[in-house]
Amino acid sequence: MRLTTLQAAVAEHVRDGDTVALEGFTHLIPFAAGHEIIRQGRRDLALVRMTPDLIYDQMIGMGCARSLTFSWGGNPGVGSLHRFRDAVENGWPNPLVVDERSHADVANAYVAGASNLPFAILRSYGGCDLPRYNERIRFITCPFTGERLAATPAIRPDVTVIHAQRADKRGNVLLWGIVGVQKEAALAAKRVIVTVEEVVDSLDAPPNACVLPGWTLSAVCEVPRGAWPSYAHGYYDRSNSFYKEWDGIARDRSTFVAWMKQHVLHS
Amino acid sequence: MSYTANDIMTVTAARRLRDEAVCFVGIGLPSTAANLARLTHAPNINLIYESGTIGTRPSVLPLSIGDGELATTAETVVSTPEIFRYWLQGGRVDVGFLGAAQIDRYANINTTVIGSYASPKTRLPGAGGAPDIAALAKEVFIIIRQSRRAFVEKLDFITSAGHLEGGDSRKRAGLPGKGPTAVITDLCVLEPDPVSRELTVTSIHPGVDRAQIDAATGWRVRYAEQVATTPIPADATLQVLRDLIERTAKAHGGTTNAE
Repeated sequence: MRLTTLQAAVAEHVRDGDTVALEGFTHLIPFAAGHEIIRQGRRDLALVRMTPDLIYDQMIGMGCARSLTFSWGGNPGVGSLHRFRDAVENGWPNPLVVDERSHADVANAYVAGASNLPFAILRSYGGCDLPRYNERIRFITCPFTGERLAATPAIRPDVTVIHAQRADKRGNVLLWGIVGVQKEAALAAKRVIVTVEEVVDSLDAPPNACVLPGWTLSAVCEVPRGAWPSYAHGYYDRSNSFYKEWDGIARDRSTFVAWMKQHVLHS
Repeated sequence: MSYTANDIMTVTAARRLRDEAVCFVGIGLPSTAANLARLTHAPNINLIYESGTIGTRPSVLPLSIGDGELATTAETVVSTPEIFRYWLQGGRVDVGFLGAAQIDRYANINTTVIGSYASPKTRLPGAGGAPDIAALAKEVFIIIRQSRRAFVEKLDFITSAGHLEGGDSRKRAGLPGKGPTAVITDLCVLEPDPVSRELTVTSIHPGVDRAQIDAATGWRVRYAEQVATTPIPADATLQVLRDLIERTAKAHGGTTNAE
């Protein structure tokens, strides 16, 4: 691990064609890192994220993605992700291969990845149409009970990117609040970039806190407000108004591109 | 106190939740009804949201499934794998409370696509945790506004399993939970027939007639032999609902997800 800039971390660790997971369940979404990936013009990425949210709407709309593994593709509390829909419905700016699963599936698939297993098993999907359209979701028979259970391939990202509240100077990272699937997504990946609100002398974390030791990470970058317009518990609130505004910005291709140029590419 | 069709839908759904139940709550209408239950007759209800918040008591309704308010007011917050593995799949959830874009006569739900999957007319957000909740909660309540667009003869996609093709088909598919036991709409309450598992109208809201229900359903809807009239919401309950929605609107800058 090394403490570095976000620009250097993305340049070194995120490569064209990579399987990339940016995680954060409504909370601690790594927006600043996603924007840096867009600015550095990464292409052909296999994106993975339970809830694509606005950050993947932006990355898909800017042509970073060849595929998307996900489980819920909406704008939370608002409605559609228009860039995601345009890619699926019309292939703009390029076609997007969709690997669609349920929340329990993706969560379990990260656990399998972090556990160095080839697949996860779960009691879901009976009678559901997802396995009919996604050949990666299959069924197995339990060797002990004979029960039929769903099996789903492990997720092993080339690089996982998360945002957290704090790191210490040795690069140990602490996150709290809604911690989502970040620990599993980090430990399932070959390389891990973490952006944090602040670097402090000591984490002062209680023994059972959600801590990722620095030696499990590739790069740690101090990026205050790096999760905005999502939120960082204890630092700032979610900008619900921006999530609503995004609906208008992203609905139209040209407004979207103009917004991205002004606020991401040239900022 | 006068009330709207939405009010009676929310109040009727809330009334079904018993105190001390463990309820896995979807965002939007289910979240409004579940919190109304908590603030009225079910103060000890245990609300779980899929963001991992257990025993949460939000003072205002969350706009998103992962609002900080849910974490701050929870008894504990666990990771996403844990909430789905230990708590839902572990069999600890009494009631899964879901909304839907479309529903069919066996209470199967579509939140994935309108049209074909390969080239959809409308791409909807997709599954989230709904298929897992629909499979694994001991029983499921569904809250949805009734219209021909929502109550369809045939779903384009089954996202979350209800009673599949009826009869014992859900059991044969190996799904652990009982499946949907009530569908609460702005017009009536439907429950699955004990044998065929087809949704049957068991209670009609005051002032609604059968012609309205027929017109808002995409199949020839059945009625139970004894159809009740839904009780009118109590003034005290309506006041709690109004206050909750007003507090929420204020907190979220003039809008609510309560609808």
